[in-house]
Amino acid sequence: MTDSKYFTTTKKGEIFELKAELNSDKKEKKKEAVKKVIASMTVGKDVSALFPDVVNCMQTDNLELKKLVYLYLMNYAKSQPDMAIMAVNTFVKDCEDPNPLIRALAVRTMGCIRVDKITEYLCEPLRKCLKDEDPYVRKTAAVCVAKLHDINAQLVEDQGFLDTLKDLISDSNPMVVANAVAALSEIAESHPSSNLLDLNPQSINKLLTALNECTEWGQIFILDCLANYMPKDDREAQSICERVTPRLSHANSAVVLSAVKVLMKFMEMLSKDLDYYGTLLKKLAPPLVTLLSAEPELQYVALRNINLIVQKRPEILKHEMKVFFVKYNDPIYVKLEKLDIMIRLASQANIAQVLAELKEYATEVDVDFVRKAVRAIGRCAIKVEQSAERCVSTLLDLIQTKVNYVVQEAIVVIKDIFRKYPNKYESVIATLCENLDSLDEPEARAAMIWIVGEYAERIDNADELLETFLEGFHDESTQVQLQLLTAIVKLFLKKPTETQALVQQVLSLATQDSDNPDLRDRGYIYWRLLSTDPVAAKEVVLAEKPLISEETDLIEPTLLDELICYIGTLASVYHKPPSAFVEGSRGIVHKSLPPRTGSSESAESPDAAPSGAPPSEQPAVIPTQGDLLGDLLNLDLGPPVSGPPVATSSVQMGAVDLLGGGLDSLMGSTSFTAPSTVVPASLGAPLSGGLGDLFDLAGGVGTLSGSYVVPKTVWLPAMKAKGLEISGTFSRQVGAISMDLLLTNKALQVMSDFAIQFNRNSFGLAPAAPLQIHAPLAPSQTVEISLPLNTVGSVMKMDPLNNLQVAVKNNIDVFYFSTLYPLHILFGEDGKMERQMFLATWKDIPNENEAQFQIRDCPLSADAVSSKLQGSNIFTVAKRNVEGQDMLYQSLKLTNGIWVLAELRIQPGSPSFTLSLKCRAPEVSQYVYQTYETILKN
Amino acid sequence: MIHSLFLVNCSGDIFLEKHWKRVVSQSVCDYFFEAQEKAADVENVPPVISTPHHYLISIYREKIFFVSVIQTEVPPLFVIEFLHRVADTFQDYFGECSETAIKDNVVIVYELLEEMLDNGFPLATESNILKELIKPPTILRSVVNSITGSSNMGDTLPTGQLSNIPWRRAGVKYTNNEAYFDVIEEIDAIIDKSGSTVFAEIQGVIDSCIKLSGMPDLSLSFMNPRLLDDVSFHPCIRFKRWESERVLSFIPPDGNFRLISYRVSSQNLVAIPVYVKHTISFKENNTSGRFDVTIGPKQNMGKTVEAVIVTVHMPKAVLNMNLTSTQGSYTFDPVIKVLTWDVGKITPQKLPNLKGTVNLQSGASKPEENPSLNIQFKIQQLAISGLKVNRLDMYGEKYKPFKGVKYITKAGKFQVRT
Repeated sequence: MTDSKYFTTTKKGEIFELKAELNSDKKEKKKEAVKKVIASMTVGKDVSALFPDVVNCMQTDNLELKKLVYLYLMNYAKSQPDMAIMAVNTFVKDCEDPNPLIRALAVRTMGCIRVDKITEYLCEPLRKCLKDEDPYVRKTAAVCVAKLHDINAQLVEDQGFLDTLKDLISDSNPMVVANAVAALSEIAESHPSSNLLDLNPQSINKLLTALNECTEWGQIFILDCLANYMPKDDREAQSICERVTPRLSHANSAVVLSAVKVLMKFMEMLSKDLDYYGTLLKKLAPPLVTLLSAEPELQYVALRNINLIVQKRPEILKHEMKVFFVKYNDPIYVKLEKLDIMIRLASQANIAQVLAELKEYATEVDVDFVRKAVRAIGRCAIKVEQSAERCVSTLLDLIQTKVNYVVQEAIVVIKDIFRKYPNKYESVIATLCENLDSLDEPEARAAMIWIVGEYAERIDNADELLETFLEGFHDESTQVQLQLLTAIVKLFLKKPTETQALVQQVLSLATQDSDNPDLRDRGYIYWRLLSTDPVAAKEVVLAEKPLISEETDLIEPTLLDELICYIGTLASVYHKPPSAFVEGSRGIVHKSLPPRTGSSESAESPDAAPSGAPPSEQPAVIPTQGDLLGDLLNLDLGPPVSGPPVATSSVQMGAVDLLGGGLDSLMGSTSFTAPSTVVPASLGAPLSGGLGDLFDLAGGVGTLSGSYVVPKTVWLPAMKAKGLEISGTFSRQVGAISMDLLLTNKALQVMSDFAIQFNRNSFGLAPAAPLQIHAPLAPSQTVEISLPLNTVGSVMKMDPLNNLQVAVKNNIDVFYFSTLYPLHILFGEDGKMERQMFLATWKDIPNENEAQFQIRDCPLSADAVSSKLQGSNIFTVAKRNVEGQDMLYQSLKLTNGIWVLAELRIQPGSPSFTLSLKCRAPEVSQYVYQTYETILKN
Repeated sequence: MIHSLFLVNCSGDIFLEKHWKRVVSQSVCDYFFEAQEKAADVENVPPVISTPHHYLISIYREKIFFVSVIQTEVPPLFVIEFLHRVADTFQDYFGECSETAIKDNVVIVYELLEEMLDNGFPLATESNILKELIKPPTILRSVVNSITGSSNMGDTLPTGQLSNIPWRRAGVKYTNNEAYFDVIEEIDAIIDKSGSTVFAEIQGVIDSCIKLSGMPDLSLSFMNPRLLDDVSFHPCIRFKRWESERVLSFIPPDGNFRLISYRVSSQNLVAIPVYVKHTISFKENNTSGRFDVTIGPKQNMGKTVEAVIVTVHMPKAVLNMNLTSTQGSYTFDPVIKVLTWDVGKITPQKLPNLKGTVNLQSGASKPEENPSLNIQFKIQQLAISGLKVNRLDMYGEKYKPFKGVKYITKAGKFQVRT
């Protein structure tokens, strides 16, 4: 007697037959019939036609039958709203039933019927059930509020259910508390602004008490809710941590991970000197490792989270390398994640073990895994210098296996090793060249070509090798084409005598026969460089390359901090903040780690650290290769950057004639005939103009148009930064904000590997591109650079508001300084408000937000003031003359959307102005006033 | 929270769907099928898949995919844990968690799912509570039900549901009061070519079967609790007592449950009870290779190693194997290229050996990879970590229970590289 019988029916009208049975007088037959209906439903068959007949069975004292009918109702009520009304009466009656099980069942089911008309009838019974004497009913009702909110949010608010729900957080029964928290969290997710979960020390205390007594699922809800709380000081943080720690021993992995999240977050507030901090670190390791012995799906999620934790606090798992060793029958998704973490944990102490493992993996069956293992060996070499030699020899061993994909991966990583340790391992080039023919993947081909070009002088037959690649030039991918172009130009510059024909061929292939604009542009740039100034060409193309950094794939620190707040969630699996992928995430509030309090140490905030403080354990992140500008000329493996090439060397753009002077004499009698016929029309003037612009942009900071620029001041004196002096200013031009820097090397040592980072600041200013300094900075050399900025970084209110904390890294150390930026770099070009709007807004902003300032000693006329300000995006909306005074009404808009309205009163003949500012965020007024002063007085 | 659940079998048919909120169309599973196709092997389907509007979180158990659909930010571990709980419940109710079992009991399955989750929030997942709400099917009961017309659904509120000990029902009564504990330890290890241990750790559990009347309060103490520094507890255990006294104090659930699981980490020395001598080699430009494996006891504390099974995933190029064994029997499945050697008991006087030739596909190049050996074994009456139960005390009830502790050591993921 199994349920499979419910699936077998006679051929003649199944529905018809069921109808008859449902209307049967016999209870037992009815129940069987409903079971058949449910069985059909489970496999997705449409049995909605039986709606009235099934609903008729609802009035019964048989609980099983009732539940079955409810199951049916939940599924089909939406499609038959009018019929569903028929059920309402029974629900209302059941909510009064003496049996709490039936009351709860009724309120639970009603919430699942997603029909607007019914929801109105639901309110009264729900209100009663929320205050029911039986906790089982209350906890069911709490969830029902969340259901109702999903159907009709307005109704829930109007009926005051949210307040009742908040009251349930203080309920005496832990299960009710847990469900109330869960319901509120779900509602809050669709209402980020509403401060539903208003946590204070009292409610936190209640939650912590309930945490010990509720079910495992309730514990997850409560822990996730706790993680959103911001303790007021380190003592409170510690006491919460102490009460959460026992959860680390829970059998449910989700409870464990949620507890880890709370601890990781609150730990941020604890002083590292505390004994408790060390204890906590020790306690975190075992539960994380235990997660890895669970089912593979759990392991996967755990590993993704451990990946974040290892980046944030490597010390937790540094002794646990072995648990990440791969078993041959782990699912592939687990293997790949383990490998990633192994590399992150690799250090001098364990590198031998790691390498032995990686070598083992490189002979496995799974191609993706093998590739990643080979790549990992390369990353170890770059990360742990002492191991580089061993890594290289391991890679050579692997190349000997001649397994195609292994060889290709090995070549790609060896190229990176060359860049990290120049002039050390070039002896292996010969071995690499032997495998030239077997390379069929673009990345490997491009890497090999780069190697040949870079070390052309050491490879006797470099020209032959490159020539073989050139044969199929048009069939290659862009990556390979670009690389080949650069490599041949390098070769030509190194061995000009034998390779003229080759360089000519590649230039014409790139510029004339290709449809790819990047390739063409690069071709022309080389061509022009070679033809105008071969010496400059040499300087640019063969410039010394910056060394690549250790870890190219670290998550950016601010993002990492945000992700730490999302441990255990989908965001942690995707390593993206929820705003990046959760659908309908209207205005998700960015979470951030709490600042450390009450301790002497504050390594993470640059302002408190004296300059020259040892770099904290957070490594500066150097962007991946694709972004580095040096790549354009040297190593462009990523998508080609078509952006502004920065050439600090002065390239003479005057000579428009492509065939002019330099190259001709270099090439002797060979002549470029083809371009002279094709190029001029399309290229001559416009291109040179365009290129000129490009170089102009990069070379100096245009100060003709755009906002007022404050003269550069010294930000970081040389004595505080081991010889690096930085002075700079900010500018805004046609909407683009940039930070113009002057870096001077006053030390006796060459500086290289520059990188820059901003701390979170009030307006989210962040570098839009990495700091691009190609050539190392020689002693007493100065380089001028303009760093483009954007305002999409993370936001944290600073005091003063326009304070910016900057960290600059070079090969010597990391230096910190802070500077104030003039607010007008944030004034948008769209800051002109309509007259009507202006009036309305001015009235709308409450008077207490108005601030008045005096600007003295400014002998300018109203028109002059107006035009001067307009240059910095402060727009005059209207001008009036009232009682002999000129009144200017002005508006401006900050990059974060805040409008500031101004009234400027100018008394002819008097050099003092009165400035009244109105803004919804009055704290900016003072800084706007400062800006007025600076602009008007300069 | 969890929106919907689809059960999918290995051939890609959806054989059950359950929705806790809106009905989500079956077509959402197409993204899952796509991933399944890409993964080649069923075990390699990624557990979290994103689709344009939903996320699919799945587990693979007993040849069934449990695919859940979620729409908002939900902790994935929460979903995965819950899905495993669903599978456990099916196992518990129907004796097996298989497609046929689920189809045969589809109505109960539906009632269970409804009881376990409300609006995506877990409601009742403890087996004790569920069984009070919905009685498991038995042949006798279904016969009785069909005669008397009574239902297999409880109509009173389960007592455990709201108490502080939700895992235990009230009014438990047995004529024989018994408490059994099984200390089961699994050795996870990777042994390298030369026979040295790359990695080894012990995963232990204490599974209990408690049939005691009333509300017994138990304390279990160990001879060497120091060994247990990384432990996960059943919710019934009082954490504070453990912290202060290293004693497991708890009011047990009724019936079978896992009391604790623990890990003896790689920092401690782990005894490896067997060793393997092996030569697996393929000759260059030849269609054959050699295979020779001997297995012997190592640190087995004087106990017998039994139920030994060696499995080897041979390289793809292997066509057939021609072997002779001194003990036990072997099979080679030429389709999936898996060699299984059922050794049985190891007697130190005569070490089991399996050797012979490997035939390769003609024309295939010499296989690059070295197959790993997967070893299973069992040792009765031994917990390899040395963990020993000291005593079990019972408070709160007057009767004298019958107590028993059993130890067993098994191979977990025990791999020997060649």
